[in-house]
Amino acid sequence: MNLKLIGGAAAMALASMTAFAGEGAVAEEYKWLTFAVFGAIIAVTMYITWWAAKRVHSTTEFYAAGRSVTGIQNGWAIAGDYLSAASFLGIAGLISLYGYDGFMYSVGWLVAYITVLLVIAEPCRNIGKYTLGDVLAFRNDPKKAKTIAAVSTITVSIFYLTAQMVGGGILVKTLIGIDYEVSVIAVGILMLAYVVFGGMVATTWVQIVKAALLVTASILLVVFTWAPYGFSLPAFLTAVVGDADVQKQVAKLLGDAATNMTPEELGQRFLEPGLFLKSPIDQISLGMALVFGTAGMPHILMRFFTVPTAQEARKSVIWAMAIIGGFYVLTLFLGMGAAMNVGAANITAVDKGGNMAGPLLAQYLGGGADSMLGNFFLAFVAAVAFATIVAVVAGLVLASASAMAHDLYVGVVKGDHATPQEQVTAARIASVIVGIIAIVIGIMAKGQNVAHLVAMAFAVAASSNLPAVFLTLYWRRCNTNGVVWGMLVGATTAIALVMVSPNMTYPQAVIKDAKAVLEGTPAKDAVEAKASEGFICELFTVCQKAEPAKPAIAAKPGAMEKLAKLNEKMASLTDPAELEKAKSDAAKLEKDIKKAEGDLKKFEGQTTSMVGLEKPFFLLKNPGLISIPLGFLVVVLLSLFTRDRRSEEMWDELYVRQNTGIHAEGVVAH
Amino acid sequence: MTQTKPNWAAIDTDPRFQALHAKKTRFLWGLMIFSVIYYFLLPVGAAYYQDLFKMKVWGPVNVGILFALSEFVVAWSVAGIYAKRANREFDAMAAEIVRNAHNIK
Repeated sequence: MNLKLIGGAAAMALASMTAFAGEGAVAEEYKWLTFAVFGAIIAVTMYITWWAAKRVHSTTEFYAAGRSVTGIQNGWAIAGDYLSAASFLGIAGLISLYGYDGFMYSVGWLVAYITVLLVIAEPCRNIGKYTLGDVLAFRNDPKKAKTIAAVSTITVSIFYLTAQMVGGGILVKTLIGIDYEVSVIAVGILMLAYVVFGGMVATTWVQIVKAALLVTASILLVVFTWAPYGFSLPAFLTAVVGDADVQKQVAKLLGDAATNMTPEELGQRFLEPGLFLKSPIDQISLGMALVFGTAGMPHILMRFFTVPTAQEARKSVIWAMAIIGGFYVLTLFLGMGAAMNVGAANITAVDKGGNMAGPLLAQYLGGGADSMLGNFFLAFVAAVAFATIVAVVAGLVLASASAMAHDLYVGVVKGDHATPQEQVTAARIASVIVGIIAIVIGIMAKGQNVAHLVAMAFAVAASSNLPAVFLTLYWRRCNTNGVVWGMLVGATTAIALVMVSPNMTYPQAVIKDAKAVLEGTPAKDAVEAKASEGFICELFTVCQKAEPAKPAIAAKPGAMEKLAKLNEKMASLTDPAELEKAKSDAAKLEKDIKKAEGDLKKFEGQTTSMVGLEKPFFLLKNPGLISIPLGFLVVVLLSLFTRDRRSEEMWDELYVRQNTGIHAEGVVAH
Repeated sequence: MTQTKPNWAAIDTDPRFQALHAKKTRFLWGLMIFSVIYYFLLPVGAAYYQDLFKMKVWGPVNVGILFALSEFVVAWSVAGIYAKRANREFDAMAAEIVRNAHNIK
């Protein structure tokens, strides 16, 4: 019966996608190619699910793959879990548009694993069972600890999951033109099939396959991109610096400051910091959220319960770091290669955030938009991106389903008295519930700004989960009150700060930008630099923050005016090449106008953001700088000022066990 | 598996466990603090030492790119150093304690 259901899910997903394919980056005559590649990848994952379903009977098999995953396998699965669409497509995109800053941005995602390796992986493996809640409940009040851990796990997972669903829906629509809703539902059905039938076994292997595909695709693309320069770094970068498209992009980013620069200087500027990340405080805040948040991500934590011993947990982080780090080094070449071969203008024409840099580079390397091979490459990368989203979402759904079924239902409601059969059924039902929630939220969030959700997920994990786990594991005085209140305060602070941060949409700013596009901007006088009135002013809009001097700016005409002039000019043009260029310029202007008018209409009459602010109150995009220390502080203070006998009595056992692995949960024999 | 409960408090105060604890704590804190400082040097350098970061050293390759690449090498090295030490020393010390767990009273 399972086989039929699994096959049915796959067929449904693929059929719905084929039926609804509209316009996208892939040309009409090559659509079949895309669906062939998609179909092949879906078939492989479904075979895995069918194979895994026969092996998943007990709770340990469902949540932890029987603890029989090897270190190397788990390392690949962690990489598969972590290299989400945001890091796979997003970072290559940032590098293609902003050069050095994009590459710098990728570093924190790897360094984060040092925390995972040194302080989290092995102790958690030694004392934990399936979830974050199990680790916290070891010495804290089990019911309270499991409740707060489950709430935090579900919160973090839902934020991250929504960002993935929305990002994935947009991505698939851009690539092959499938309707947003259809692709969200297709992702949902596939992911549910993996999780419900195959549990952790299927999820692990889907992630391994996806990571292998992703790495293979990237290596191939880098080989093709780099080979013409004899695999020499200076030769490759010399070509990047000398490329006209790159120089044009830098000139565009620098604006008036670029007027006195030579083309060589402009090109070189692409390899220097400051084109994208302008606030060092914000970067440090983001860095903190990454470095401490990754270790608190419930779906990453859960992966360490799938290996047999702490030694294998260690090995899996080492492998994950090798794969993830190697992948980010490759993105340097992918991003730079796309900047040079595809060009920033063409990349942003398809997707403003640059997410299509990788796929478009693949198309170029295969021979371009009109070639069979080019479209095959594009289809392959698109399919890998799709697999990425499904695999990451599956991991997140499994993490929140385990929090719901194992922590809340079995742990809190049933007081740990449930038969093995009840537990597995609860896990499957919880997966379906979370899966349906994910699909519904994904569809409801269509067209919403979700950029803040990833920041929020990492910030909550770093400010709530990490302080609680870290202090539970390493600090004798830590107790239940500290953990419960620390997690509550850490998470709410992180969420509240993001709600009033520049990540949210502020209608007045959107309207102003749209008007500037349509009507142009008047000339502005030079503004003198303003000194900061103190560090707090750099964080909140309560006083004057430091602002650099701005030179005088000449008036700029709006798109309306430009279009009118262009139309006038077009009438007198005779040279076909010039006429063609004027036509494409006019098309671009019309697109800008349409977007600006759309924005004006969408935000007409609105003056405040979701929480009623006209402009951001908190100035950083990431709240980590404030919420992480606060999370730690509250755990420490509450633990110091309250007593909890169980937390004290269990300390010796916890500390000995986390260091030695005595009585650690063992492998389940088949 | 039938298990009698080891005397956790006794193991905790056992000199062998204390030695493991002391070694691990010192080593892990050292590595962790070094890694965090080295990582945050990157955004700080990119923001406040731009002239240094822009210095060309190998064709168009500048200090900034080499420093960013060194972050990867350092992260891998930290992981390697930890794994080597843990495999060689900490695991053996822990195994010794596990073997004697039931005799420590």
